[in-house]
Parts: sequence; C-alpha cells; structure tokens
Amino acid sequence: MITDMKRRIFLKGSLATGALGVALGAGLLVPQSVLAAWNKDAFSAKKVEDAIGALLGNPATETSDAVQIKAPDIAENGAVVPITVSTSMAAESISILAANNAMPLTSTFHLGEGAEGFISTRIKMGKTGDVIAVVKAGGKLYSARKSVKVTIGGCGG
Amino acid sequence: MSNTIKVRAKSSGGVADIKCLITHPMEQGNRKDKTTGEDIKPHFIQDVTIEINGKAIVSGSFSGAISKNPYLACKAKANPGDTLKISWADNLGNKDSAEDQVK
Repeated sequence: MITDMKRRIFLKGSLATGALGVALGAGLLVPQSVLAAWNKDAFSAKKVEDAIGALLGNPATETSDAVQIKAPDIAENGAVVPITVSTSMAAESISILAANNAMPLTSTFHLGEGAEGFISTRIKMGKTGDVIAVVKAGGKLYSARKSVKVTIGGCGG
Repeated sequence: MSNTIKVRAKSSGGVADIKCLITHPMEQGNRKDKTTGEDIKPHFIQDVTIEINGKAIVSGSFSGAISKNPYLACKAKANPGDTLKISWADNLGNKDSAEDQVK
C-alpha cells in the first residue's frame, strides 16, 4: 500500500529533464521515420490545450455527443485505467488525454482507410480528473469528457 | 525481442475486432529505484502500427502514460484470411512485430 502511494507521487511529479532525455535518446537511436511520427511537443505539453494544439494544429474543440468515452467512474488503480473511445463520425484520428496528468496527452491514433472510429486501451492516471477524447473528422475537432475518480491506496471508493 | 505481441482478430460481417497485448515495461521516467535511489530511465513504446494486407489502418503514438504491458483494440474492415501485422518501436530503439491471419 505504501509503495503504491509512493509510486503515485512519482507519477504526479513530472521531470522536464526526463522529457528532454527522451528526445535526445530518440534522436540518437530511433530511425528518422519513427522520429517524425512521434510528436515530442504534443507529448511533453503540460496543458490540455497546448497538447491538442501541438498535435492537431488547433487547440479549439467542439463538444460532441458523437464522441463516446467508456471509462470507469472510479478507478481503484490509477496505473491501469481502461478507456474506450468510439465515434460514429468518419474519424481521421483519435487522441486520448488525461486532464490532470503532468503531461496530459497519453496517446494518439491515426486511422487509415478501413478503420472504424473505435480505440480501446489502458492508461495511467496520476490523480482524479477528466479523461478527454479528441476526434478529428472532416478537418474539425470534436471532443468528449468523462470524469474518472482515482482512489489512492486501491481499497475501493 | 520476439513474442512480445499477442494478437487476436476476428472478423464478422466484414469488420474485424482487433485486439493486441504487448509485453513492455512502459517506464515513464519519473520514478526512482527504491533500493539504489537512482532515477529509472524512461523506456516506453512510442509508435504502434497495425496493418491489414500491408496497409496501415491504425498508426498510434504512445506516451509513457499508457499502462504497463499495453493493450490496444480497434476495429477495421477485414475478411477472414487477411494478413494482420502489428509492429511497435520504443524510445530506446527496440522494436518488434507480429503477423497473424484474421479469423
């Protein structure tokens, strides 16, 4: 229990140097094509708006019922929070952010031809906050939010 | 590096449910080793690509905030017998890929 709490504190504290180290390491070791795909600015942004702006070129999103997030109301373990994002729109990309994480952007997915607007994965959440899904469709950005309560200690809510 | 990817894809009505599980520490780089007190270096998957018959249907980027041993599911048009390929690359240059057939 104690170790779990410690871990959570580390999850909260983000080190700017860590992000820089990643960038340097990536530059030295990862092939150019891969490097081009991974958006360092977006992933190291500390605010939701900055991350969306760096990733998709525009921080403004329109809240839409056509974007659905399936996530637990209460996550007993912030290290593994299952998230499913689905949309009926013809999505070009789906991005998943955790608003209160030190670096909110957790993942982004470009959907090619033949892919449906559906992504399911598991994310880490440092503390209670909104999970935000951003869907790009028809050149516009649509978003949805869902609040997830992260209980510390894992003994239930 | 091999056998880090488990994948299952089942097609019904022309749309396949694709689920994959990758074995990876997904270390964010903001923890310290409890015994030595040294920083644990970031080590996480940055890029994941899912291809069907050689065409990328989903290309994703992860941060360290994806859970350890990442799970990823998506849906795409595919028929039984199509070739499915999953590949990933992490920030240290490790990579792996797996191929399977859509069932």
